[in-house]
Amino acid sequence: MYDFAYHKPGSVADAVKLLADPDAKAISGGHTLLPALKHRLNKPSALVDLSGIAELRGIKRVGNAIVIGALTRHVEVATSAEVAAAIPALAYMASHIGDVQVRNRGTIGGSVSNNDPAADYPAAVLGLGATVHTSSRKIAADDFFQGMFTTALEPGEILTAIEFPIVDKAGYAKMKNPASRYVMAGVFVSKAGGAVRVAVNGAGPCVFRQAAMEAALAANWSPDAVANIRQSPDNLNADIHGSAEYRAHLVGVMARRAVAAAG
Amino acid sequence: MNVVAPFEGIGASLRRKEDFRFLRGRGAYTDDFNRQGQLHAWILRSPHAHARLTSVDTAAAAAMPGVVAVFTGADMAKDNIGGLPCGWQIHNKDGSPMAEPPHPVLAQGKVRHVGDPVAVAIAATREQARDAAEAIAVTYDVLPAAVNMLEAVKPGAPAVHDDVAGNLCYDWHIGDKAVLDAAFAQAAKIVSLDMVNNRLIPNAMEPRAALGEFDPNSGEYTLHTTSQNPHVIRLLMGANVLHIPESKLRVVAPDVGGGFGSKIYHYAEEAIVTWSAGKLGRPVKWTADRSESFMSDAHGRDHISNAQLALDANGKILGLKVHTHANMGAYLSTFAPCVPTYLYATLLAGTYTTPVIYCEVKAVFTNTVPVDAYRGAGRPEATFLLERLMDVAAAETGIDRVELRRRNFIPNDAFPYQTPVALQYDSGNYTATLDQALAAADWAGFESRRAEAARRGKLRGIGCSTYLEACGIAPSAVVGSLGARAGLYEVGTIRVHPTGSVTVLTGAHSHGQGHETTFAQLVADKLGVPTAQVDIVHGDTAKVPFGMGTYGSRSLAVGGSAMMKAMDKIIAKGKRIAAHLMEADVDDIEFDRGTFRVAGTDKTKALVDISVAAYVPHNYPIEELEPGLEETAFYDPKNFTYPGGCHIAEVEICPDTGKVSMVNFTAVDDVGRVINPMIVEGQVQGGIAQGIGQALLETCVYDADGQLLSGSMMDYTMPRADDLAPVSVATHTTLCTHNPLGVKGCGEVGAIGSPPAVINAVVDALRDYGVRSLDMPATPAKMWQIINGGRRAAAE
Repeated sequence: MYDFAYHKPGSVADAVKLLADPDAKAISGGHTLLPALKHRLNKPSALVDLSGIAELRGIKRVGNAIVIGALTRHVEVATSAEVAAAIPALAYMASHIGDVQVRNRGTIGGSVSNNDPAADYPAAVLGLGATVHTSSRKIAADDFFQGMFTTALEPGEILTAIEFPIVDKAGYAKMKNPASRYVMAGVFVSKAGGAVRVAVNGAGPCVFRQAAMEAALAANWSPDAVANIRQSPDNLNADIHGSAEYRAHLVGVMARRAVAAAG
Repeated sequence: MNVVAPFEGIGASLRRKEDFRFLRGRGAYTDDFNRQGQLHAWILRSPHAHARLTSVDTAAAAAMPGVVAVFTGADMAKDNIGGLPCGWQIHNKDGSPMAEPPHPVLAQGKVRHVGDPVAVAIAATREQARDAAEAIAVTYDVLPAAVNMLEAVKPGAPAVHDDVAGNLCYDWHIGDKAVLDAAFAQAAKIVSLDMVNNRLIPNAMEPRAALGEFDPNSGEYTLHTTSQNPHVIRLLMGANVLHIPESKLRVVAPDVGGGFGSKIYHYAEEAIVTWSAGKLGRPVKWTADRSESFMSDAHGRDHISNAQLALDANGKILGLKVHTHANMGAYLSTFAPCVPTYLYATLLAGTYTTPVIYCEVKAVFTNTVPVDAYRGAGRPEATFLLERLMDVAAAETGIDRVELRRRNFIPNDAFPYQTPVALQYDSGNYTATLDQALAAADWAGFESRRAEAARRGKLRGIGCSTYLEACGIAPSAVVGSLGARAGLYEVGTIRVHPTGSVTVLTGAHSHGQGHETTFAQLVADKLGVPTAQVDIVHGDTAKVPFGMGTYGSRSLAVGGSAMMKAMDKIIAKGKRIAAHLMEADVDDIEFDRGTFRVAGTDKTKALVDISVAAYVPHNYPIEELEPGLEETAFYDPKNFTYPGGCHIAEVEICPDTGKVSMVNFTAVDDVGRVINPMIVEGQVQGGIAQGIGQALLETCVYDADGQLLSGSMMDYTMPRADDLAPVSVATHTTLCTHNPLGVKGCGEVGAIGSPPAVINAVVDALRDYGVRSLDMPATPAKMWQIINGGRRAAAE
């Protein structure tokens, strides 16, 4: 990697100040940024290590929501009794991210801020209709994910927590890329009263909602309801591991499985 | 007195001695060695598949902090550095030699694949060297690339080497085409199949590394390198590239973390660090990162073939005709030319009595990484082709696939068996390994498991392969007549120390095989010395007299045999010393596991009594016998060895996702006498893991411009534990008849026998979808396409 300055602020306010430098980068678990640095694909002037900011840690229930601090590691979400009781699908999803090493280092804030199309968390955030808390505001999930590796975060703005509403039912299913084990196509579904959300990750350039499936499930919450809904392959990803048509097909399969898992 | 517990000898599943250091992180690998004043090299590699070098400007790089030197191909040319040599020469059909274009250490005028070394920056730290390499200004005149083999041989294709017409390295054949045509004319049925043997990237756990040193006082060079055969590297690099006599060049291959063939070859980086250490008078180290491994380690396989099998009305094979295109990559790696010829076409008889075989092979240069031997080397390609063809022949003749194999097996009483493609098999029992595997896999009960899987919505299939391979490479005179530029004997020295412990010096090299244990067991078994008192020394040309190294499952069959010969000499000398000490006739001395005895008496001497006498020769037949107890033997095998057996794979396919899951794998292999059953099981399991990897997961992909799309673990699917199945490994032994141990070799059988078994199982699972031809790997997307296509066809 190239040389960079290293800062470890103790508060969000200090971190925001350091990130005023447009070439500085925030680092949390580092599971995306460090490999990029090692490959010399990124040349930040400074790394602002958020790991010293205590206020960004922890899982708590606030009213009818679970609020998870940005620095919370995947393993903590996966093993949290609070999450398991309130939104078991979220704990399940976290327990299936990457491998043990990734889950022990990677954080929810890092994953969501990065918005890798093949990451797991964006599907849960969008599929549960969560609210993203930042150093300056709150952003609805529907407004947060804007494109491949692109979010509503402004330069210097830090994701601080994510607020997940507790829903009636939720489920997640994914097909992994055989090589990277990232998501090739995943679907997160939830039902809260009459409101149904279906979020698709891995298949496209950015996580997205599947409106036809949402309508079908709102009318009839069962795997069969989505069995005949065809995901269009237009604009889906295609690579050496699978065509857009294959990914479109997998969206249907994973939607059925996610609904079945949600019960 | 040395008493050997019987469980340490031949047949004991002794725990691996070397694991005490490996499992505690105390192995010493090339990159672990650091020297005072050491510099670090970073290789600038071509980002283009094919380009002319218009200019290489190193001025800015040379001025960077910490930089000591920046060298290019021009600097090497000034020092008269030679190209990397090829160790095997193949001849064309017309008798002319193959095209053998130069393989420069650093590019001369042109780059020919992504990753081709252009220049080297040498600096105080690795990061500084890398910074400097990035500052080298290279102007490339990018040329169209020849990437696809079949396109590369067409008129008008880009020329990888200006003076190699049609990118054809050689056009070789074996067998009598007229006799074959006559056999085909008699056929009741001819089965034809097109097949691709997918290109693989080896990915040993330890990336390649090299550390060059020069001692100006002695004029000696030392190279530490990740090699499977340090003596061969010394010979090739010293004689052909750097022009250093062997007496002034020491090559050390310390602990090496896996090779699978990819560390046989002499690579550019070895020459670069050795040469620059001499020029700079300081040690120079280079260690590959994983990305470099993908684009600079020799790749494996990469064949495109058509095969035709002629059968009579009863399913007896009348003849086999094969046309193969084999990818050589951009340059000839050390042993590349022999892989698709003498390690491939000679195996096409397999376990069958095929009377006539004709095979022609066109070897093609392309703008891709050089291709060379990878675990199995030629034999997996032959086995895949033959065992897939047998299943298709069975389907198209209506003869059960197991029965078709039985009808064509070489019978047990036919050994030694001369095939029509040069090899003479010494022993085997193909019916026995088949029957044992069928029973272990419960082949007969498969249909009920298939029905049960169908109730769960899964497609279940079973497939077998009754393979044969040739290894224990190889008789020197034979391979010499076939184009090898080296002998393929092995060397062993047995040094019995005065107090009775033993050091073995072997030219074989262990990079995961467990030699320190298996070889010690040979000594324990034969000389009666406990394995704890036996040390195996390998991998250092300054210690081991000579050697050809480890590949082709040869270490035990050839290296072990050399040790046995050397131990015979130790025993013969020991008998003369014992006869003297016990005042008996030498012909009356018997030796058994550490004890010399006067036959028919209770007069004995232990080996340690003999070694003491040999090194402290106070009471010693000094007039007729030299002191000391150390013997060296060179063993040149009389023939290849011929392991074989039966592999059975059972798979389930999820029709929704196309994912193929291994549910069971059964291997019954005849590897000859088994020295350490636990190590054999591990070797076979490892090979099967790689075979399953080839069949289901791994493939190297280049785009049309020659960019490596599968250039990292993100896109190249290495097998993981959960991709594999419960693997049951068993052996059925027939002894090799021509080496003193009766061993055949076990390192490659797993990778050779398993891929067609897996693909035959996948095709069987898809039996309702009319699949005839299926190229590896059977990825989820490919399976889904077949299943979805089938569903659509059924719906239409």
